[in-house]
Amino acid sequence: MSRSIKFSKSPLLSQRLPPWRQRLVLVLLLGGFLTLIGRSLYLQAFNNEFLGDKGRARFERVIDISATRGRITDRHGDVLAVSTPVRSIWAIPEDVELAPAQARSLAALLEIDVREINRKLATERDFVYVKRQLPPDVAERVTALKLPGIHQKNEYRRYYPSGEVMAHMVGFTGVEDSGQEGIELAFDSQLAGKPGSRRVIKDRRGNVVEDVESIRPPQEGREIVLAIDSKIQYLAYSHLKQALQEHRAKAGGVVVLDARSGEVLALANLPTYNPNNRSKLVGAQLRNRALTDSFEPGSTLKPFTAALALETGKVRVDTPIQTAPGKMTIGSATISDAHAHGVLTVAQVIQKSSNIGSAKLALSMKPEEMWTMFDSLGFGAPLKLGFPGEVGGRLRPAKTWRPIEQATMAYGHGISVTLIQLARAYQVFARDGDLVPLSLARLDAPPLAGKRIFSVQTAREVRTMLEMAVQPGGTAPKAQIPGYRVAGKTGTAHKLEGGAYANKYVASFVGFAPASEPRLIIAVMIDEPSNGKHYGGDVAAPVFAQVMAGSLRTLGVAPDAPQKPLVLTSAEPAREEM
Amino acid sequence: MARLNLVLALVLLACALSVVSANHRARKLFTELEAGQKRMRDLDVEWGQLQLEQSTLAAHVRVATVAREKLGMKPPAPGQIISVDALPGK
Repeated sequence: MSRSIKFSKSPLLSQRLPPWRQRLVLVLLLGGFLTLIGRSLYLQAFNNEFLGDKGRARFERVIDISATRGRITDRHGDVLAVSTPVRSIWAIPEDVELAPAQARSLAALLEIDVREINRKLATERDFVYVKRQLPPDVAERVTALKLPGIHQKNEYRRYYPSGEVMAHMVGFTGVEDSGQEGIELAFDSQLAGKPGSRRVIKDRRGNVVEDVESIRPPQEGREIVLAIDSKIQYLAYSHLKQALQEHRAKAGGVVVLDARSGEVLALANLPTYNPNNRSKLVGAQLRNRALTDSFEPGSTLKPFTAALALETGKVRVDTPIQTAPGKMTIGSATISDAHAHGVLTVAQVIQKSSNIGSAKLALSMKPEEMWTMFDSLGFGAPLKLGFPGEVGGRLRPAKTWRPIEQATMAYGHGISVTLIQLARAYQVFARDGDLVPLSLARLDAPPLAGKRIFSVQTAREVRTMLEMAVQPGGTAPKAQIPGYRVAGKTGTAHKLEGGAYANKYVASFVGFAPASEPRLIIAVMIDEPSNGKHYGGDVAAPVFAQVMAGSLRTLGVAPDAPQKPLVLTSAEPAREEM
Repeated sequence: MARLNLVLALVLLACALSVVSANHRARKLFTELEAGQKRMRDLDVEWGQLQLEQSTLAAHVRVATVAREKLGMKPPAPGQIISVDALPGK
């Protein structure tokens, strides 16, 4: 049985092998090891980039960090425009296989008809939007349905809670979240955020486990705080709307300025539009008339003529001027007053708004003097508020003026201005003779000193005349406000149509209050009132009075005029005997 | 010599294990940070929506309509306004 032999006794061991075999094995083994070392050296030291990249590609991801567009708020921080995230539902029609029940539940969530969904999914295209801009909570429920081929995309939607009231001021953004109109366009570069991105390590379940580096930090859009006061804006808008309906006018505008700081507190235009729903938008609604449309202002320019005459020492407040018989011929043209007056003082020329009186004042001055004044008041050139589409009106060079033109310019014809230019120019009377730049954004500190146009004395004298214009005997008693002293000037201008004056009017009123220490300047313009009345004193002045009264109450400005039916009580507490 | 080597080997092992656990803790904390940041973003979004809701509800158009039609309010006539003097010294 024991045929086996022990290993140590194996006859093979005693055989001597040739020594080359040993060496060959040794060399082969060494060669093998050297190859391995060389290969690993190559992979680890010389070609490590490639493998490193491959490895990183398996766990590193670059993710985008979105940045939101900045909010726009009014001066008190009330939101006027805000972006909120929404989701859009899109589909790859080829991948979608909806059971009728699934289609019904999707339709119910999206609040659209089942047939509508089926119609959209029946197209040949690779990509269709099923519904855009859904609220995130609804989108979550769509995700929960887990429908194949239905995807979602994050987007932002801009909302304008104040709607049509603030539409022209704030403007709106387009589909790509970039400004299209108004402040949204003017301040677009500051409002827009810049999305960033970062590199992270994700685990198998898609959770971010480590931040590797920030490639580009996101830049949130800046918040813009406007000078607008939304209460005053609403007052301006609603009273303007009422007046437009009452007088069946075509369009209108109101500008409210802070006389101290030059901030634009309100800017309302009609017709307007709803920025949240712009499907039926037409050009006329989009126009920000107060800035982009110039008109011949009419008598509202007379106070400047009078101020220049006073400033240059040609006349005094009580210098008499003969305006009878209410007609005056200059060259081949005749100008006239609406009502004939006799001898008027300079103050009465303004109070009664006499064209002839103003023309006579103008003709006593050099054209260059008047041009310089109009130019320094800001007429003829855009105010450069940064607002899109702003125009400068028309002010021809003084050399080309004929005497008739100089005379008509004295009462605001042959020159065109925008409503905001007119309101700004009235700063000289409200601010004791100087002008400060306007600001759409809220200012933290009022500008120190403006550009001086008239002396303090001249400005105050004209202010007194403007106060007379709203008192009985003036052209605008309807601009009065109980409790406050008001100063202002009416304007009624024929409209130019095709080079000739048509029987259409622009009624305007510019004024400020309280006259003892002006706080607000309000300019009102109503285009083509066609319900019988067309005088600035009848059409525009009441709007001025309503907006001014409401605004002064909102701002808590103390009344500066004694009020007749006023009950005065003292809040001084009764003192007890000690 | 052999004992020193053993001690060093143990120290090395302890170091290696603590690196692992530190890394793990770092990732856990990072996940928390991420969750916190996501919550911050969500709250920011919610805040924006609430602000929107607030300004929609408090819009002057709405307030004026509600005051006039639902509550029957109207602006006071000039005779109804009583002007009150400010307290002396204030």
